[in-house]
Amino acid sequence: MPQVAHPAFLVMGAYATYVLAGFGVDPLLAGLLLMPVFFVFGLGVYQFYYSTFEGRGSDQGLRGIAFFFGVAFIVQVGLILVFGVDQQLVDASYIGSSVEFGEMRVPERMLVAFGVALALTAALSLYLSRTFTGRAIKAVAQDEGALRLMGANPVRIKRWAFGIATATCALAGALLIIVGPVDPNLDRLYIGRTFCVVVLAGLGSMSGTLVAGLILGVTESIVLSTAGTSWAPAVAFGILLVVLGVRPAGLFGR
Amino acid sequence: MLRFTVGALAVLGLIAALPLAVHNEYWFFAGYVVLQYIVLATAWNILGGYAGYVNFGTGAFFAVGAYTAVALYKAFALPLGLQILAGAAASGLLGFGVGMLTLRLRGIFFSIATIAVAIVLETVVLNWQYVGGAKGLPILRPAETPFFGNYTVWLFFVMALIALVAVGSARYVETSWIGRGLRAIRDNEGAAECSGVPTLKLKLGAATLSGALMGAAGAPYAQYLSFIEPTSSFSLNHAVNALAMPIIGGMGHWIGPVIGAVLLGTLQQVVTVTVSSEVNVLVVGVMLVVFVVAAPEGILGLVKRWKKASSK
Amino acid sequence: MEKSLLEIKSVSKQFGGFAALSGVSIDVAGGERFGLIGPNGSGKTTLINCISGVLDNDGGSIVFDGEELSGLPAYQRTRRGIARSFQIPRPFASMSVLENLVVPLEYVVHRGSLHLADTEAEAMEILRGIGLADKARTQSNQLSQVELRKLELARAMAARPRLLISDEAMAGLSANEVSEVLEILFKLNASGITIIMIEHIMQAVMKFSQRIVCLDAGRIICEGAPGTIVANTDVQKAYLGA
Repeated sequence: MPQVAHPAFLVMGAYATYVLAGFGVDPLLAGLLLMPVFFVFGLGVYQFYYSTFEGRGSDQGLRGIAFFFGVAFIVQVGLILVFGVDQQLVDASYIGSSVEFGEMRVPERMLVAFGVALALTAALSLYLSRTFTGRAIKAVAQDEGALRLMGANPVRIKRWAFGIATATCALAGALLIIVGPVDPNLDRLYIGRTFCVVVLAGLGSMSGTLVAGLILGVTESIVLSTAGTSWAPAVAFGILLVVLGVRPAGLFGR
Repeated sequence: MLRFTVGALAVLGLIAALPLAVHNEYWFFAGYVVLQYIVLATAWNILGGYAGYVNFGTGAFFAVGAYTAVALYKAFALPLGLQILAGAAASGLLGFGVGMLTLRLRGIFFSIATIAVAIVLETVVLNWQYVGGAKGLPILRPAETPFFGNYTVWLFFVMALIALVAVGSARYVETSWIGRGLRAIRDNEGAAECSGVPTLKLKLGAATLSGALMGAAGAPYAQYLSFIEPTSSFSLNHAVNALAMPIIGGMGHWIGPVIGAVLLGTLQQVVTVTVSSEVNVLVVGVMLVVFVVAAPEGILGLVKRWKKASSK
Repeated sequence: MEKSLLEIKSVSKQFGGFAALSGVSIDVAGGERFGLIGPNGSGKTTLINCISGVLDNDGGSIVFDGEELSGLPAYQRTRRGIARSFQIPRPFASMSVLENLVVPLEYVVHRGSLHLADTEAEAMEILRGIGLADKARTQSNQLSQVELRKLELARAMAARPRLLISDEAMAGLSANEVSEVLEILFKLNASGITIIMIEHIMQAVMKFSQRIVCLDAGRIICEGAPGTIVANTDVQKAYLGA
């Protein structure tokens, strides 16, 4: 599914967290509270997408992509109009302080974000492999016809998956603004990072996504310290292009 | 073909005569932008509307044309005509390259690659001091203006020429057997391949032509602004506009992107001047979504439906 | 014995861990009427996909008129004379029925050298032969299922093939319609076109084929004249279960 608006929803999550933080809510808590809201929002978006675009016709694919592109664009501009182009931060007890590991000092907020992200990934992995709906989601990607024959409704499954994906945007967005300042143009950067990780990992592998994310993160840091900040945005996209050329199935893809 | 050529020459003649009637330079300045978008929208449609492959990176192709022209102008003081050809060649090569990389895969990979290329190239240019890097580079227009006495008017005329070439190429592709092959690819690529259509070759050709035209549109940009810098050259606005104008105008016929470009381009100029440039951008986004959802065949489609209904 | 037009030698195809085809070898003579049967999932369509070039075979070789096909893209194989219809019709939805046929005529036969009017006249001929002439200007996404199947066949015919592969063209048709399509295929064969027919409608396959091969789970389990096939116990087991 051509969900190019996913990073835009991510930034939206970050800004929603920012708004709630303005009311004194801890950003992490805000992220968790926003998840059900985003989930329902995701269901709605998919329902609209499905009823409008998943019909017969030759350019439905194009319209779908164009639709999400338009949505991403509207979200980005909307955020600029409401919040301005400057960066926004949040404050919390674990932001600003560091933890010592022997010789290294790690900012506490990074640890928090890392921990939550790991927990989220583990939870999703378990969900996809242990629960019925989870496995149905994996199945729908492989063979929709067979799934239908087994009594599950592919549309509801896909809508549910879309809702879950959007809900993760809420929490991920919160983590994003915890880790660093956020501005509305971030979604362009994150389109690159998201797709880079997905393509590098190959479709269908959760653990692969983790490894790919690590590879990207490390490469970006290396480039940052050697070549400077002006080259950093190109890293994700650069890796993406190389992978597409050399091994489009990704490292772990089937 | 003959009718079109005559029509094109007539339009060109009209445009050449405009400066006699219109004296305010602003009209030519604003009109240049609309003409530029006619080229970009038409170029996008050759690959997007006809073949079904969505390019999100129009800004990259445009900027490559612009920066190629700037680099060559700075190095060799090349005349405008050669700058345009060089810009077209560079962007055409880019289109071919991206195509080779991704057109063997599913369509979404091509689209993602175009975003990737846009950001990577923008980063490269940001760090390339020869053409000004992030700060940008002021460009001196040549001292002499051929024909019109006013350089802006001359650029307007040149862009009109490029627009006619673009529209002419699109029309040729569309009405020939090549266009039918592209449509077959868009409708069902697997069946097209089994019907003897060399899908990869056609797609690569369309991507190269599309890229080249976008590069040609970008080449005069620096002279138009007397300045060049990365943010406006690589702007996401180009991508959104190049995509929105054909969708709003109608993707199936060469006149669709022209209609979309004229309507949307003029609307944007008006809104930017009266309200603000952010709202202008929002308007484009909203119109895009509205048309994609409610009127996928664009204005041309609406006209067709209205004609059918009123003839009953 | 006529020279073999199509030689399939020990072809195999894997999808991940699943072996869709294992060591399939078939010789089809020029001008022959050849039947391919087998239960669902036995690999028939996969074999056709390998022959037409939609898929690449993993092992073995496919030789057409003395030329090795492996590595050739699908459109090249069509230009060399192999045409196929699709099991689930894949019309060019935005085009009329006539235009659907113009595409292969232009790309396989004439390579853009003929005026559109002449190509359209040729296409109309084919449509008349198959009974779709009155729908020539109808947009193809407005056809009924039966008409779509006829269009599939007509489009394959428009490629003027030497080998035509019909993939379950008769599924869901009434008895009359089945005879109609059968007659068309007999006529095509009489004009020299080799035909491979994949079908589940047994009467049609038995009536049509000179030789039949039965696949099960990616392997050939029986080969021979229609009479032999019907009597074979392995075939009966494959279709009806043990």
